[in-house]
Amino acid sequence: MSAPNVAEKPPPKAVEPPHPMESLLRMERIPHIWCPTCGIGTTVTAFASALEKLQWDLDKVCVVSGIGCTGRVAGYMRLDSFHTTHGRAIAYATGVKLGNPRLKVVVFSGDGDLIAIGGNHFIHAARRNMDMTVICVNNFIYAMTGGQCAPTTPPTGYATTSPYGNFERPFNIPHLAESCGAVYVARWTALHVRRLTTSIMEALQKPGFSVVEVITPCANYWGRINRLGTGLDLMKFYHEHSVIRHGADTRTLDIEFQKDIVVGKFIDRERPTFLEAYNQRLSQILGEKFVPYEGD
Amino acid sequence: MKYWRKPLDSDEVKVPHGEVHIILDRCKGCGFCVEYCPKDVLEMSEEYNAKGYHPPRVKDPEGCVQCKLCEMLCPDFAIFVLPKEQKEAPVEG
Amino acid sequence: MKADPKGVLTGDHFLDGDHACAEGALAAGCRFFGGYPITPSTEVAEKFAQRCPQVGAIFIQMEDELGSLASVIGAVWSGRKAMTVTSGPGFSLMMEHIGLAVMTETPLVLVNVQRGGPSTGLPTLTGQADMMQARWGSHGDYEIIALSPNSPQEAFDYTIKAFNLSERYRVPVLLMMDECVGHMTEKVVIPPADQIVLQPRKYYKGKKKDYLPFKPDKDLVPPMVKTGDGYRFHVTGLTHDFRGYPVMSAQCQEENVHRLVDKIRSNADDIVEYEEDQIEGADVVVVAYGITSRVALRAVDLARAEGIKVGVLRLVVVWPFPETYIRRLAQKVKALVMPEINYGQVVLELDRCACGRAEVVLVPHGGGWVHDPEDILHAIRQAATGERAGEGIVEYPRKKRGQE
Repeated sequence: MSAPNVAEKPPPKAVEPPHPMESLLRMERIPHIWCPTCGIGTTVTAFASALEKLQWDLDKVCVVSGIGCTGRVAGYMRLDSFHTTHGRAIAYATGVKLGNPRLKVVVFSGDGDLIAIGGNHFIHAARRNMDMTVICVNNFIYAMTGGQCAPTTPPTGYATTSPYGNFERPFNIPHLAESCGAVYVARWTALHVRRLTTSIMEALQKPGFSVVEVITPCANYWGRINRLGTGLDLMKFYHEHSVIRHGADTRTLDIEFQKDIVVGKFIDRERPTFLEAYNQRLSQILGEKFVPYEGD
Repeated sequence: MKYWRKPLDSDEVKVPHGEVHIILDRCKGCGFCVEYCPKDVLEMSEEYNAKGYHPPRVKDPEGCVQCKLCEMLCPDFAIFVLPKEQKEAPVEG
Repeated sequence: MKADPKGVLTGDHFLDGDHACAEGALAAGCRFFGGYPITPSTEVAEKFAQRCPQVGAIFIQMEDELGSLASVIGAVWSGRKAMTVTSGPGFSLMMEHIGLAVMTETPLVLVNVQRGGPSTGLPTLTGQADMMQARWGSHGDYEIIALSPNSPQEAFDYTIKAFNLSERYRVPVLLMMDECVGHMTEKVVIPPADQIVLQPRKYYKGKKKDYLPFKPDKDLVPPMVKTGDGYRFHVTGLTHDFRGYPVMSAQCQEENVHRLVDKIRSNADDIVEYEEDQIEGADVVVVAYGITSRVALRAVDLARAEGIKVGVLRLVVVWPFPETYIRRLAQKVKALVMPEINYGQVVLELDRCACGRAEVVLVPHGGGWVHDPEDILHAIRQAATGERAGEGIVEYPRKKRGQE
């Protein structure tokens, strides 16, 4: 086997001065594959800012993604990163975390990946209060595969598999997360970059299952199929129609087609994490003989 | 900024000043930075970059206050702001 | 390297196959188990759940089999040895992640305690009908290693062997038990920890900046790293280059996937393992694996008492299949008789390798019970005559009562 790396386009020229985020990105793979005006890049910037502000040892932070446009995030971040199968990012992250509980595990995936095919893992990880942060990028559609209807598509919205308009009721992700037991739930749009960064920081520092939903523009599919204009038009829509209501009842957070989007931090509560509950219970039953599980 | 009288602490308050850097060939012409700059420092240029998009250009270099909103909003890591030396806030009495 | 004494329950025990398998995993250093209950494999999970606080391992019952194998892969990348167990329906669900484990070269052990199938089938009764699925179940081209124990003692020993093979070749290894072995209780001798030899994981030892996660060594196996050590590696199921980055091209596919396949094929001679008995000068050789290999011994004894020169070839490692050996063996014997608890799976490989040189006889069984040795004896007798009963694989169905 003498052939070296296959991808032999020359590495991009280093830019002087470098962009502040470059240390956190795999610069040899930039520019990324996301469309112009895609909100995923903005969300990654917010995440990278949050990590920088926290001043953590980044060797101990892992990113796990699934399949889809947002699933590609793992491939662009310079951390121990995993691009796994469709819907199973949370289950994979469970293994990564339990294998080495000292790591900080972040699941960065899309609405279809996390809530549709990954729904089962989402609700159980929330129920168990598995210690991980889930950043759910919600663009209301399955973009990577060409614009199909998603469980978050607002009613009457068009998609390639709902050519007469979606008639199903979509999931309300903050409500789903709350009712399954998540300890931190927030929703922002890609426009609210500073508040999003703060929320991500809070979610990362919070032990337990924290969910940050980010409403992002998808101009090429959601925007185009529904004649909503460019990505900038979608951002302007967020500007005019997002309403900040911290602590709102998550039952009221449904997103309807082109109506107000309620954003904010909704849930911030305390519960023992999976490992805390495990160690506590086994100590109680086995007494002195039990050595709490902390990894190696 | 117009005040009806000069603020008593105008010597102490320094408005940060920033230098906008644009990585032209990374830009995909989305327009977020131009739209949301609070000081209206940027505009879309007429030039094309290597990918065929119109990148932004800095039309008012002195106006940047290093808020970094462009840097945070940009989906392509194509624009960022570095601090310049801080100046006293110009006060018009 | 030697086993960690904490996980080794040294001594003579009376254990069923499932429990022996759990003990084997703990002795091999397995410290993570992500599973989902399914008859007849549940006892492995139960034993692991009960034992794990004593050895510093962790057990999690995931919400489904897909999550189970995904969590196992994640735990391996965090530096642990990990395994899961399942049976037919769960095995089908795990196929996608077997593919992910092969593509990302993740060492792990997957135990399938086979039961009657297809679909829900016979949950509490034995079968051996997942053997081809073990080889071909996931999509795409890949090679896998599969072992087949035939007793609780072997369930213990082969679990350790499975971990060793998985670490050696950075590939998921399937332990294809069956319900009969899983639920059979026999004496299991667990040796002292310093007598158990383990294959350590091959970790990268060079400079961080030079690390290429999927650049293979001369044996086609790349050294591994784990999370948290600062390598900032990327692992993906997409076709990737040495850096682990996805590259969507035919050339990369050839370099990536062909190596994964060659990794096992070129090392097949070291991996293949079987047991022979009286093969020299035999007219008929009975080829069997799993519980059927024990049932067949009864038929072989009866046949030898009748004067038939019959040998036994017992497959320990079923995949990769001992092709070279069978090709040579077929030239020396009249017939190869394979009893299996299915309607013909591994016998297809036998026939392919025999190439018509020896007659290939299948003694099928639908599952739910083991063979009646009389059926195998009947097939041995017919095969020993040397007359070809037909073209291709000859089947001797179960003898009806009253018939000879």
